[in-house]
Parts: sequence; C-alpha cells; structure tokens
Amino acid sequence: MEWRISADSPIYAQLARQMRLEIASGGRAPGEKLPPVRELALSAGVNPNTMQRAMAELEREGLVYAQRTAGRFVTEDAGKIAAARSALAREETEKYLRAMAALGCAPAEVAELVRETGEEDANADT
Amino acid sequence: MPILECRELRKRYGGVEALAGVTLTAEPGRVLGLLGPNGSGKTTLIKLACGLLQPTGGEVRICGLAPGAEAKKLTSYLPDRMSLPERMSAGRLLDLYADFFADFDRERAAELLGRLGIRSGDRLRSLSRGARERVQLVLAMSRRAKLYLLDEPIGGVDPAARDYIIETIMANYAPDSAVIISTHLIGDVERILDDAVFLDRGGAALSGSADELRERSGKSLDELFREVFRYAR
Repeated sequence: MEWRISADSPIYAQLARQMRLEIASGGRAPGEKLPPVRELALSAGVNPNTMQRAMAELEREGLVYAQRTAGRFVTEDAGKIAAARSALAREETEKYLRAMAALGCAPAEVAELVRETGEEDANADT
Repeated sequence: MPILECRELRKRYGGVEALAGVTLTAEPGRVLGLLGPNGSGKTTLIKLACGLLQPTGGEVRICGLAPGAEAKKLTSYLPDRMSLPERMSAGRLLDLYADFFADFDRERAAELLGRLGIRSGDRLRSLSRGARERVQLVLAMSRRAKLYLLDEPIGGVDPAARDYIIETIMANYAPDSAVIISTHLIGDVERILDDAVFLDRGGAALSGSADELRERSGKSLDELFREVFRYAR
C-alpha cells in the first residue's frame, strides 16, 4: 500500500488511520494476514516502533488482532469493520461540511450541490 | 539499562566550549536524532561517546561502560567523513571489518554491497563519492552492535541516495540496539526518529519523544527546529 505521511501530527496516528481506511474500504479483507511490523515500517519509511504503536492502536480498537506466533490479522467481525467505516465516513463528511461552511454555503445549498454533482458524475461515467 | 548515557557532559577546546553540560540517554530499540546546526556540538558528542575525545567534565557510559576497548566492541561508529583506506578493495574491507569486529555480519555486508553492484575486487578509490559513502554505511550497519553512532549519514546526498541510506539503517539495526543519528537535515529523518534532542551551542535546547514534541507543539520537528534556531528576526 502507498503510505502518505505528513510531518505535523503524530506519525503513528496517521499510519493507524490509513490502515483503518484500508480495512474499512475492504482493501484488506476480513481475516487477512498483515505483513510483519518491520516490513510495514520499511514500506512506509518509518521506524518499526512507530508502526508497532499504530498496530497496537488498531488492536485496541479491535480492528486487528495478534496471534502469538502466527502474526497479525484483520478482524473477522463485520460489525467492527462497519463501525469503523461509518466513523470514517462521518469524519470525512464533517470535514467537507466545515470547508463548505467556510465558503459560506448553507446546508440546503450543500445538499443541492451534492445531488447535482453526483448526477453529473453518474452521467459522465455512462 | 540505557544503551548510552551522558551526564553533564562537557568538552572545551581551548577557550571554546563545544559541549556545555549535556545530559541524555538512548534506550534500546529506539532511534534518537541529535539535531542541531553546524557547530552545535553534535560531532563532539558522538566522538566523546566513541572515546575519540576525552571529556572536560561529566561522563559517558555505553551499556554501563566507560568509553574504551570494551565499549568499542558494542559501538558501531559511522564518521562524518571517509575513514577507510581508499586503496583497499571492497573484499579486503570486509576482511578488515571481520578481523576487527566479532559482531560483524560479513554475509549481510557482502549481500548489501552486491545489491549496490559493488564487486569484491572494486577498490574504494575507483568508486564515486556517493558509492564510497554507501560502502561505509553498509559496513557500519552490518555490525550487530548495541549502539550505532551515525554522524551526518545523509549530508548532501540526492533524494534517492537519502532513501537508500534511511532504508539501510532501518532494515539493518539490531532490534535491541539504540541508533543515534546526528544531522541538521531534520525533514529527512523526521519519520524515523523515536526521540529527538535539539543541540544549540553545546546545550540541549529541547528534547523528548518525537511524537510528543509534535503533539505538544502541533508542528513538525522540522518546523520546531526552524523556530528554535531562528538566526535573526
């Protein structure tokens, strides 16, 4: 996976978020085995401790689990994955609404724009 | 026990105080950035830790040992300049390292050199400056040391070479060892540091875990650095 890291917030949190996104979007299947921490760390160009901390965070959330000898796996609990997905969707929506509010767009206008743009995209795709 | 411990470490060169009482520790499994502009005391601190210089005051311990022959067995040092005999071939350098250091993983070094396209008969002086630096790095990182002291490993190289250097450090340090990287190129090492110490005119101006420093300030280490070391307003 392609990691995107900016330097102004804790790196472990950014890594955890990106892995959460991968899992929520189905980019990593339920029950899939994750590569070892050292390998993930190298692919992201970060320190293994930082990646370890990101994985620990996801473990606490129940999105991944570690098996003593076999490694780390994506949860098979569909409810957990769905919950992570809605939390991320809500977060993105709030971010978008804040940006629109900053532009002075009222909620009704935003709703209209979303509908219109969605239709245009759908037409463009066909 | 910390891998490296400096307590009130001082070094004076004639009338110039290069280190003015620095206290720091490096813990196993962590990467510490020794960050500061030129002349802030980074190289002096590393040389004191290697036993290449004698402190004017304070003390240094490596796994509890004073710098000396025993501590050198545990310490892999990458100087900030070329220190290897340039007439030697890559193969002879592997012999030399294997002779000097019991913890040298010759196979690993040979493989890393092979991946760089360097053959055992290649003499150092026939290689480009960048390639010579990579050879030196490979040798330093192929020791299974307790402490890696890397003095400006990324000074003035292109972005691809920098990525190679950082990957080589990250992929090869022994997991229970401590890595110390001195540099003034903060952005280049930002992602790999666990801890950071900002050195300013011989003193530790700011230190802590990299994530804590970022969280507390809302800034990257690179931005923090620019703030701490603002020259003129």
